[in-house]
Amino acid sequence: MENVLEVKNLQISFKTFFGEVEAVRGITFSVGKKETVAIVGESGCGKSVTAGGIMQLLPMPPAFFKGGEILFNGENLLEKSEKQMQGIRGNKISMVFQDPMTSLNPTMKIGYQIVEGLMKHNKMSREAAIKKSVEMLELVAVPQPEKRINQYPHEFSGGMRQRVMIALAMACNPQLLIADEPTTALDVTVQAQILELMKKLQNQLGMSIILITHDLGIVADMSDRVVVMYAGQILEVGLTHEIFASPKHPYTRKLLASVPRLDMNREERLHSIEGTPPDLYAPPKGCSFYDRCSEAMKICKDNMPGFDERSRTHQSRCWLNHPMAQKRNSMNGRGI
Amino acid sequence: MKAGFDISPELFDAAAKEDKNAEKIRRPSIRYWPDVWRRLKMNKLAMTGLLLICILGVMSFVGTKLNGFTYFEQNYSLINSHPDSVHWFGTDELGRDLFTRTWFGVRYSLFIGIMAAFIDFFIGVLYGGIAGISGRRIDSVMMRIAEVIYSIPYLLVVILISVVFSQAGQGSSMFVLIFSLSLTSWVPMAILVRGQVLQLKESEYSLASESLGADKGWILKKHIIPNTLGPILVNVTLEIPRAIFAEATLGFIGLGLQAPKSSLGTLANSGLAGLPVGNSYQLFIPAIFISLIMFAFNVLGDGLRDALDPRLRK
Amino acid sequence: MKKYLLKRVAMAIVTIWAVITITFILMHSVPGDPFRQESKMPKVVYENLLRKYGLDRPLSEQYIIYLGKIIRGDFGDSMKSRVETVNDMIRRGFPVSAFIGLEALLIAIIFGPALGAIAALNQNKWPDYISMIIAIIGVSVPSFIMGTVFIQFLARNISWLPIGGWGSFAHSILPSLALALMPLAQLARYMRSSMLEVLGQDYIKTAKSKGISNATVVLRHAVRNAILPVVSILGTVATNLIAGSFVIEKIFGIPGLGMFFITSINNRDYPLIMGTTIFYAIILVVMLLIVDIAYMLIDPRIKLTKEGR
Repeated sequence: MENVLEVKNLQISFKTFFGEVEAVRGITFSVGKKETVAIVGESGCGKSVTAGGIMQLLPMPPAFFKGGEILFNGENLLEKSEKQMQGIRGNKISMVFQDPMTSLNPTMKIGYQIVEGLMKHNKMSREAAIKKSVEMLELVAVPQPEKRINQYPHEFSGGMRQRVMIALAMACNPQLLIADEPTTALDVTVQAQILELMKKLQNQLGMSIILITHDLGIVADMSDRVVVMYAGQILEVGLTHEIFASPKHPYTRKLLASVPRLDMNREERLHSIEGTPPDLYAPPKGCSFYDRCSEAMKICKDNMPGFDERSRTHQSRCWLNHPMAQKRNSMNGRGI
Repeated sequence: MKAGFDISPELFDAAAKEDKNAEKIRRPSIRYWPDVWRRLKMNKLAMTGLLLICILGVMSFVGTKLNGFTYFEQNYSLINSHPDSVHWFGTDELGRDLFTRTWFGVRYSLFIGIMAAFIDFFIGVLYGGIAGISGRRIDSVMMRIAEVIYSIPYLLVVILISVVFSQAGQGSSMFVLIFSLSLTSWVPMAILVRGQVLQLKESEYSLASESLGADKGWILKKHIIPNTLGPILVNVTLEIPRAIFAEATLGFIGLGLQAPKSSLGTLANSGLAGLPVGNSYQLFIPAIFISLIMFAFNVLGDGLRDALDPRLRK
Repeated sequence: MKKYLLKRVAMAIVTIWAVITITFILMHSVPGDPFRQESKMPKVVYENLLRKYGLDRPLSEQYIIYLGKIIRGDFGDSMKSRVETVNDMIRRGFPVSAFIGLEALLIAIIFGPALGAIAALNQNKWPDYISMIIAIIGVSVPSFIMGTVFIQFLARNISWLPIGGWGSFAHSILPSLALALMPLAQLARYMRSSMLEVLGQDYIKTAKSKGISNATVVLRHAVRNAILPVVSILGTVATNLIAGSFVIEKIFGIPGLGMFFITSINNRDYPLIMGTTIFYAIILVVMLLIVDIAYMLIDPRIKLTKEGR
């Protein structure tokens, strides 16, 4: 499969009053054509910074790229000028943000907010762009689009606003859509509609999606592959069914155990992950999950595990993959 | 899988619980007021203002005694003498020592400003508090009245009161000045306090506290006062320069403090007469002091507002 | 929306009425009456004068009469100038004051928000520091000091700038500059913080994610939203302008309403003080009303939520 996006060893830090925060610490992943990749993890694990990094929308300073590359269709975005990035943003790569209530300009008509990108990237006349934005609103199932384009965001409900956001992001038919927690701020019923809409549009228009979320239910529903992030690193990557059926990293297992399922017994309790993620002002030398891991070993404290590369699709970063650990565990009668 | 060192099997033993520190709080949680103070200290401009206020405050008492002259003593053989080693800021048209008079001016201006702000605070808290704890009807009537009072132009009221309570060409007494300066300006404070009191009655966090068994006193101490004190403090800090400015303007149009006392405004007013005849120091010295005071309180107030804004916490 | 408008107009009328009443009470609580000083005048003349100005009637009656006069737009007579009525003086002085006031307002409105926006866009860099230094000077240095500084250092050295007086456009430049500085500074400071807040909003990120140029993001998205709250303080700005005009007119010797007002204060010309005060109050209250309505018209959120109800 040809990759639309390849992120290689990306490192992003923030300079703050207290020192440097290493928000993203060398992550590598790829997104194929028409593929949906989910990035999951707790809040503050670097998901949104990654997204902002790809779009180059991080406030710089305090943010800066420490290393790595972001290859989009084989071209490194980090080497592009701001002007070139403007030609890519909203055109080839678009983004849908978390909170539809604050993501639209409150004093500008909806239609104009959609038209803006079209006029810039597609060199459309105003009339053509307006016609196109009516079509886009129709596509995202906003009723009465001709009337709605002349209204302001506050006249829309949350779900409708997110539809508008999607229409706005899709207007120029991008190759890659980054959806940063697109349904977190919405009601559950509306969530399903929005996800359904995104799936439908993906089939129709054939784009790739990076879906950033902490909701594993959405992941199972939407994505082809899953990237599990923790403390600015990727701990596990795999096809969605692999991740759900046989999670390799203790963190992924804990994450899955903390989601309620219908087939659970009443006696079975939900598991919470005790503790808090490490402070990224001074990231740990060893495995970042060490402090909260119930299967932690002595080696984990000071030594960073590498990726286990035995499977092409499913990899994790954990010392438990080490043959010696597996031997010892079977000796101790401890299953994984 | 590779590791850049020899891996001994023991390393794969389970880690001891004491070795982990999942629950360790990594940065000490920062308490509110020390944090406000820390951020204020980082703001160099605000600290300059604070320092300036302290210096001006001390000097307004020390400075008046430094060169042995009094503010009313007239010396007709030495009128309009330019600043020199005897009269450090020169003398005025009656031969009075301007150095001493300027520091008295600073003292009176500061006093008027601080008193006016204090009265605003007092009336504001009282009025706003009563409006807040009374029922909706009384509250809305009180707030309507406050709104009307507030939309009466400030300086016009001050001028009118000063005109009525002072004799022509004589200026006003300290009491009249302070009274007129705080006549309408307590309203923002009252609105602020009322809003906070209403929050005390309804807010979710005090409700949450209450459901956890906290009594009203605790809520007042832990939630309401810290949340209200900040905006009030900013308000008071910014009210002081406003009053000083209004007083200076009054002084400048001939309605300031009664002679022989002098505020900075009245000093500037009499200094204006010296301008065409080359005695510009008589105007510019008090002018510089007015500006310094205004500057100091304004930057301190701004700094406080920024330091108190929780959204700016880093 | 209509309901709000009506309420707002009613409030304005009540305010003006309150000003008239307060002014009336204050002016009539001055001990003695305005002719007592000229005690050498014969008793008949004195009583005639009292009758002429209606001062022999009961206070409540005088109040009703005065109120009626104001409603008809008659601000009464001056006591010192026996030739001109208060209306004449307003007619003579107000255009001059309004000219300088509007010129200053224009300067402040054009440069204040621009300065604030530039500062916000370059937060913690030198344009920010320079703008904020100007703004701090503007709010710290009272306009009467600015005025005298201008006279001392500009008018005396630049030959075509008159030192004072009134007559040509050149006469208005320095006074309006001195007058404009404080409102300019206030607007700049307000715009800066408003702009900083807007720049941190999600919709700015959305706008950037569309790939439109930074200039477009700033002008079309940021400035438009940031300027809204700034409009709401224009009333306060105008109030300060009028207060400033009293002293500026005095310093520059401009025959405007402010100068008449100060002269009337120093002469204790009570009817003139009363008339001018009320006139000023009406101007200010009407201005506040206009600003409020303007704010309502330009902010789509306010207009439409009110309609929706």
